[in-house]
Amino acid sequence: MDSKLTTLRDAVAELVRDGDTVAIEGFTHLISFAAGHEIIRQRRRDLTLARLTPDVIYDQMIGAGCARKLVFSWLGNPGVGSLHAVRRRVESADPEPLEIEEYSHHGMVGRYVAGATNLPFYPLRSYFETDLPRANPNIRQVRSPFGPEVVYAVPPLRPDVAIIHAQRADAAGNTQIWGLLGCQKEAAFAAERVIVVVEELVDEAVIRADPNRTVVPGLIVDAVCVEPFGAHPSYVQGYYDRDNRFYLDWEPISRDPAALDAWLAEWVHGVSGRAEYIAKLGVERIAALRPGPAPSGVVDYGTYR
Amino acid sequence: MTERLSAAGGQGPASAPGESGFSRSEMMIVAAARELAGQRVCFVGVGLPNICVNLAQRTVNPGLELVYESGVFGARPARLPLSIGDPTIVTGATAVTSMFELFAYYLQRGLVDVGFLGAAQIDRFGNINTTVIGDYARPKTRLPGSGGACEIAINARHVFVIMRQSKRSFVERIDFRTSPGNLGGADGARIRREQGWLGAGPSVVVTDLGIYHFDETGEMRLDSLHPGATLAEVRGTMAWEPKVADPLALTPPPTAAELRLIREELDPEGVYTK
Repeated sequence: MDSKLTTLRDAVAELVRDGDTVAIEGFTHLISFAAGHEIIRQRRRDLTLARLTPDVIYDQMIGAGCARKLVFSWLGNPGVGSLHAVRRRVESADPEPLEIEEYSHHGMVGRYVAGATNLPFYPLRSYFETDLPRANPNIRQVRSPFGPEVVYAVPPLRPDVAIIHAQRADAAGNTQIWGLLGCQKEAAFAAERVIVVVEELVDEAVIRADPNRTVVPGLIVDAVCVEPFGAHPSYVQGYYDRDNRFYLDWEPISRDPAALDAWLAEWVHGVSGRAEYIAKLGVERIAALRPGPAPSGVVDYGTYR
Repeated sequence: MTERLSAAGGQGPASAPGESGFSRSEMMIVAAARELAGQRVCFVGVGLPNICVNLAQRTVNPGLELVYESGVFGARPARLPLSIGDPTIVTGATAVTSMFELFAYYLQRGLVDVGFLGAAQIDRFGNINTTVIGDYARPKTRLPGSGGACEIAINARHVFVIMRQSKRSFVERIDFRTSPGNLGGADGARIRREQGWLGAGPSVVVTDLGIYHFDETGEMRLDSLHPGATLAEVRGTMAWEPKVADPLALTPPPTAAELRLIREELDPEGVYTK
């Protein structure tokens, strides 16, 4: 088994390039803030950032000047408010314009599916009688080859790099996820290069003992990075809860460009990596996010010789 | 959620509990939860719908199956979810799927009875804007966008809307159509049928002042006024002259049990009811 274990610093240095289309997926759950911060630290520029819900991580990356374009379907600080660094650029080109390409959730999911399955488009029953196709000319009508029905189509999304946070993987990159699955699988299969960031590195035998839980096979993974609490302030099912205080605190920081710069200087550029960030947050804050137990039942795959 | 924050702006007196002992936000949440009686499967939108469905599950509809766009079917949240991706909707759920499966198999397949949405702007035909205020290319205010709302409005069998009324939110003409309602009115049903949409469109709008359903011309009609609200207030918080049912009903006030659930169990910090 070839090991793909590396540091997040080396993975980003090698696999994320200026001008790339980058998808850091994860729907509320499993958002790789660790990788986003590493991309900011390495000062990548002119990225196209794709994500259903840009969340605080893309507000930080866009506020840091990493991106020229955003591809998305819901733009907000979930449960809290707005992403003001993104809004400044969209509403007043401050400090520079941000190109946007906007879909619905099903449209974004379908774009990854088309990318992952090597098809020229994904058909769906959305967008009828809305202004979205006018706002985005990549949302087009298509007639069924088997009858008169007309539906909408969206083009494949094939990121240069997908970055997937997960509970665990083995050194070969066989990756297991539970809880909200989001588009982790679709984004990984659609991408040219895949970085997996995990809470825990496990032995291959752990993966093989529960193959139904494998979402991303090592076959398509380029790098495996181990970063405990790498999804903070988002959450990892069974490991830690969302740090909602952080999301609330982000609102005033995001509103004020000087405060945002100061935050990036302290919490991103001012630390060497995730371990130092977590140490800076403090053990008490992290401990308070630990959930109580709710183990799954054990299934028996059986032995067949 | 921006919808919630912006819609709440400038309505101070509407939020405080009055002499009646309940606030208008509480009345709105209770009225919307009651509308879910008898429904089977509800797709839960961002913001206020979240507390309404959790109240309905504890009152009028214990068997209500909650569907969250994050990929959860049959959620049984132990605490009020902070967002539609909260881990509490996963633990104890019937099924957790990829978002592809959720949108394709559950929603587009036609398994959702009610899509429950919030909105920044709505017109008299129930067309919804959650994308921009002003011009799309240079918006005055950039709102979150569709999320799943566009396809929910098309594919859910019925759509429920919950939002506070104001001249800014109940408008003659929405700035952007994110989610289709009854389109231009009476033709809406025909267009939905001809284009093969599964959904019949919006069927109820619950606000802080009353409950609206849609008449045969596809237009919103005020059917019930909440206790303490007046017709003058209703007219003063929307951009068009509303149709009013005759006789106009009075919404039964929240029961002590409903208020206790909201205040003590679901939202003790007043996130949704402030």
